[in-house]
Amino acid sequence: MATFEPTLLARIAKPNSGKLEGYRNDGGYATFEKVLKDKQPLDVVTQVKDSGLRGRGGAGFPCGLKWTFLPKDHPGPIYLCINADESEPCTYNNRILMEKDPHQVLEGIMLSCYAIKSQCAYFYIRYEYGTAYRTLQAAIDELYAAGLLGKNIKGSGFTLDIFLHRGAGAYICGEETGLIESLEGKRAWPRIKPPFPAIEGAFRKPTIVNNVETMACVTQIMKKGNDWFKSLGVPPDPKNPRDAGSYGPKLYTIAGHVNEPKCVELPMGVTCRDLVEKHGGGVWKGRKAKSVNPGGLSMGFIDVNAPLKGEDGKTEYDIPLDFNGPGKVGCLGLGTAAICVVDDQTSMVDVLHNVCQFFSHESCGQCTPCREGTGWMLKITDRLRRGLGRREDLDILVDVADRIGIIPGTTICGLSDGAGWPVKTAIRKFRAEFEAAIKDGTKSAYTKLQMAAAH
Amino acid sequence: MGVLSEDIKDRIKAYIPRYPRKQAVTLPALHMVHDEYRTVSNEAIVEIAELLDLHPSEVHDTMSFYAFFKTDGDKLGQTRLWVCRGLACMLRGAYELIEHCEKKLDVHCGHTTKDGKITLEFAECIGACDGAPACLKNDVHVMNVTHDAADKLIAELKN
Repeated sequence: MATFEPTLLARIAKPNSGKLEGYRNDGGYATFEKVLKDKQPLDVVTQVKDSGLRGRGGAGFPCGLKWTFLPKDHPGPIYLCINADESEPCTYNNRILMEKDPHQVLEGIMLSCYAIKSQCAYFYIRYEYGTAYRTLQAAIDELYAAGLLGKNIKGSGFTLDIFLHRGAGAYICGEETGLIESLEGKRAWPRIKPPFPAIEGAFRKPTIVNNVETMACVTQIMKKGNDWFKSLGVPPDPKNPRDAGSYGPKLYTIAGHVNEPKCVELPMGVTCRDLVEKHGGGVWKGRKAKSVNPGGLSMGFIDVNAPLKGEDGKTEYDIPLDFNGPGKVGCLGLGTAAICVVDDQTSMVDVLHNVCQFFSHESCGQCTPCREGTGWMLKITDRLRRGLGRREDLDILVDVADRIGIIPGTTICGLSDGAGWPVKTAIRKFRAEFEAAIKDGTKSAYTKLQMAAAH
Repeated sequence: MGVLSEDIKDRIKAYIPRYPRKQAVTLPALHMVHDEYRTVSNEAIVEIAELLDLHPSEVHDTMSFYAFFKTDGDKLGQTRLWVCRGLACMLRGAYELIEHCEKKLDVHCGHTTKDGKITLEFAECIGACDGAPACLKNDVHVMNVTHDAADKLIAELKN
């Protein structure tokens, strides 16, 4: 088998990979200049739509299709917001792109703005990414100095400004309408949809919100073409008319109990097992994996040892990480394609408590089922780890997790849905372990700690 | 006499042309004030509101959503040291690291050392999972923080 040559990460190991000169030497912005000269905005929209590119932020919505939802012949302004609030636990692929190859992302933004006829992009970046923020700002300054941003770029008549906007440590700002509210200077409370941002978004104008990696993909699609993009990944399932396929390269991040936590680029559809065993250097300390979280906490957990029905000898560990794979084993989806490995010496009670702690902390408080439900789940898991669990607790947890986030209906955004999946999957798949912990009154080793967060 | 310097007011005003509405400058303004004064006092809120044609309660409403900002009567130390407690870090020793730092600095998370040098915080996932357990020194990642590395970092920040 030929080894896969990375595209999105091709430049990250180069010295000064973030500088305009180096990017130019590697052919950077030639695509943008060519598109400005030879193509109409609609041509770019059509190409991205035909490429099958699905958004890399978590939901996997077809990118070109989203662009077509903008009103036709709108007098403007139309805004592009870049979602760099990457806060889904265990996810850091966008950080690598922004820190190591900012121009690849910026070229994608420029191409996308040209396509959707936007003259202004707001790049919303989480506060915690200070290095990425400064790298991007330096890259944007270089572009203005080189005449690649600003008014009438290279005499084409196309005008574009890109502004960085820093967040302030709130997970909910990664929800697209929460991001817009935050950008507008308000509490980051997600909006009721419809209207979707494409109709009424930032500053009540049509707005597209796209992820950082999606932008890097746009750059490469316009540079290398759709045949290249579609030669990678997984075509649509012929038995599922709603499947849009999982084409292209994907950045996977590997974290948790592995020997080599890192970000790798692979064609969409690599199995969980290969990611951990081949690319992540295997489970640490010579141990075995117990569970893997495929795609950020909101996606839930897989049981590495659970056999796959009808597939001899294969387990949930062997599911492909494409847009459909995790769904086949009861998880929500691919999410951010960030995997986190839990080894066989770790208590799922501790893992689940950590997860509940996160969602309870990050619920924005706007909708009752989420605000209260995430709090209840934290209280119950806290009771479990203190050895005070009750027989009925597991059923209550699953019940709450099943009910707090059924969109549309119970809550405005998907946070509570995401908070429910890890709880229901962990308990359904590791019920025996939870039951034993309740029966034996096992206390978590962490409850001995005195730290503030332990209480 | 206002509490905000002319320099910081000019920097806030310079952000206004970037957005179609002045309210959008709220977060950038809060960040600038918070970075410089280590807190956002009630007087500062009033002055930010004046610059952005808002009511002070609108600025406060936004600010209070982000637990990030220290408010009147509370103040950040010279350096804000966040220890990540996200799942990837927790699996690789984050809780023990938080405990270690709390003992070493003799403060609980959310508080500042008596000498005013370090404010210790826990953070939800900071996106540095390839270097877990990780910390954030103000807004810069510090990766693979063993207890020894934490001691060294703390000594450096105390100096």
